[in-house]
Amino acid sequence: MSIYVLEEQLNEFKIEVIDKYRDTKSPLMQILQESQKRYGCVPVEVQEFISKEMNITTAKINGVVSFYSMFSLKPSGRHILGVCTGTACYVKGASRLVERVEALLDTEYGSTTEDGCFTLAHTRCVGDCAQAPVIMVNDEFNGKVTSDDIPKIIARHRGKNCKK
Amino acid sequence: MNKNILDKIKVETLTANPELNEPHKNLHEKEVRVVLKNCDIINPENINHYIAKDGYFAINQILTGMSQEDVIKVVSDSGLRGRGGGGFPTGRKWNFAYKNENDTKYIICNADEGDPGAFMDRSVLEKDPHSILEGMIIAGFAIGAETGFIYVRAEYPLAAERLQKAIDDALELNILGENIFGTKFNFKIEIRLGAGAFVCGEETALIASIEGNRGMSKNKPPYPAIEGLYGKPTIINNVETLANISQIILKGSKWFRSFGTEKSPGTKVFALAGKIKNTGLIEVPMGITLGEIIHDIGRGVGNKRKFKAVLTGGPSGGCLTEKHLDQEVDFDTLVALGSMMGSGGMIVLDDHDCMVDIAKFYLDFSVDESCGKCTPCREGTIQLYKLLEKITNGEGTIADLDKLKKLSKAVKKTSLCGLGMTAPNPILSTLEHFYDEYLAHVTHKVCPASSCRGLIEKYIIQDNCVGCTICAKRCPVQCITGERKGLHVIDQDACIQCGECFASCNFDAIITK
Ligand SMILES: Cc1cc2nc3c(=O)[nH]c(=O)nc-3n(C[C@H](O)[C@H](O)[C@H](O)COP(=O)(O)O)c2cc1C
Ligand code: SF4
Ligand code: SF4
Ligand code: SF4
Repeated sequence: MSIYVLEEQLNEFKIEVIDKYRDTKSPLMQILQESQKRYGCVPVEVQEFISKEMNITTAKINGVVSFYSMFSLKPSGRHILGVCTGTACYVKGASRLVERVEALLDTEYGSTTEDGCFTLAHTRCVGDCAQAPVIMVNDEFNGKVTSDDIPKIIARHRGKNCKK
Repeated sequence: MNKNILDKIKVETLTANPELNEPHKNLHEKEVRVVLKNCDIINPENINHYIAKDGYFAINQILTGMSQEDVIKVVSDSGLRGRGGGGFPTGRKWNFAYKNENDTKYIICNADEGDPGAFMDRSVLEKDPHSILEGMIIAGFAIGAETGFIYVRAEYPLAAERLQKAIDDALELNILGENIFGTKFNFKIEIRLGAGAFVCGEETALIASIEGNRGMSKNKPPYPAIEGLYGKPTIINNVETLANISQIILKGSKWFRSFGTEKSPGTKVFALAGKIKNTGLIEVPMGITLGEIIHDIGRGVGNKRKFKAVLTGGPSGGCLTEKHLDQEVDFDTLVALGSMMGSGGMIVLDDHDCMVDIAKFYLDFSVDESCGKCTPCREGTIQLYKLLEKITNGEGTIADLDKLKKLSKAVKKTSLCGLGMTAPNPILSTLEHFYDEYLAHVTHKVCPASSCRGLIEKYIIQDNCVGCTICAKRCPVQCITGERKGLHVIDQDACIQCGECFASCNFDAIITK
């Protein structure tokens, strides 16, 4: 099993996150969100650590983590690319954009490219329907995207922080 | 903090920023701004701007002379109905929680805005966060609650950031906190982020999520107003509902009733998107006709295409068609027409959109988002999806249409929460208004909108091609050739039937076989 979060990081997590929430009522979601934000995931080692520190069963923690789509067990690639598939984007051709992205990156929705550069994330309505169809790359917003924009969007981010 | 200080801030801010008094730009004559009155006018991160637009005068007025009953009466008399989809009378709901004595009660603002295709709440949260806080403080006073939570969907980080700034600024001026305006009333507000689950917009699931659990719905009754967060009386209101409150208090229930219809007073914010020229948010009086929204304000579908339908109510709603354009839009008419208001998303479709495919899209969404607690919804939505898939692939039969209808009704009747009870609506509504289109798929194996790829053998460019080159640019496998201004041709052997060219041609030059 891979380890994504190290011992030292867990200690830091205890001081900076868990201790802060000890007196809060039902803090589990907030603690999990902190893990997701810091490490890009809520891996098993973090779940077990929270379980021990907060005296919540791992079964309960795992149940919550698996229920919400924002939590992942593994960190994602360098860039998170999401073609919005809300209703407005869908009627404006988002499913063809998804196919184009999948073909160009040679990977499926929900997974990460082999070089670790892109994770294709399921994205349901980012709330910018007037600009449909929309592609998000991390926090970067791309509106009224056409299929021939996609190679450019990918190339722009490939360059950034990616070996290949 | 007192009225004099509010007045002073207002006068000083208006003198320094006269632009705050300017009217909204580019408003259509049929639009009215109540909920969106401050949006794009004030700086949402400046509490003084909100005060300059009469912000926090309502809570001041309440704390210096109104009783809880008075507040509930004004809200009841206004006829305000919940904007989160259900349309339940807000005053009546508050009264339940008020009457239900308990030393701890809660107010929750539902900012989960889960309908894919709706973005009204996001605008208000990001552009006028104080109006939500004031609505919550007033609701807290009315029912006797001292704590409020705002449940914001995780996809709206800017909204959460601005709300936090607004909360901090309000605390500093003692508009939140202890002994607000020097009275005995205390109120605090905390933000809770969602984590990507549509069902958490449903109130009992939302409560489960705030309590740190899987966001699963519960049987109602008991309703949250009786037994909600941590078992205490809890009022859950939508963002837009709360944004109406302070103005109803300041200007009165009569003023509020001067907009809208007898049974649905006030305005409604709609999010126009899809195949329509003017996309974006509009705010109009309830009772405006669908045609006025689509054709006058939205300026029609454009691109020489034909208006086909508009989807309202998202995955819980249905479609309205050409023949409904004269209908007045309010809570009750939309339900009577087999759709619903929902939160106000309106997605316009043209003649290239297939209604069976749209129903399939919504069912796919519901399958994904079903929390899995009850079988009719968990399994039923999957079966419905599979039937639709079969039909769009050209493998459906007439008997499948019957099955679709029967199963839809069963899922509606037997599901535990609103998600399952409404998930089949897009099917029932499209079956009702576009039965011929379903029939074409199962009997003639054609998709009249040329959208279902399982029923399309090839794409052909006709003589009326003007050579604009767009299709050639967009084709993912570069199998379209032709000179600029010359007739284009598709290399059928290389074509992967993706449909991109068909969707991108603005000259109706491509047909399907
Ligand atoms: C599946 C489902 C999703 C919902 N999503 C939302 C939502 O995103 N926002 C919202 O305000 N209400 C949503 N509701 C309605 C809420 O349960 C609740 O009725 C509403 O927040 C009450 O506020 P109101 O009376 O001010 O409308 C949803 C209901 C269901 C069944
Ligand atoms: S109807 Fe669907 S979402 Fe609601 S409780 Fe049942 S399975 Fe969960
Ligand atoms: S259907 Fe797709 S692959 Fe075929 S010609 Fe059109 S754009 Fe190219
Ligand atoms: S998009 Fe239409 S008009 Fe333009 S080249 Fe292609 S077929 Fe011809």
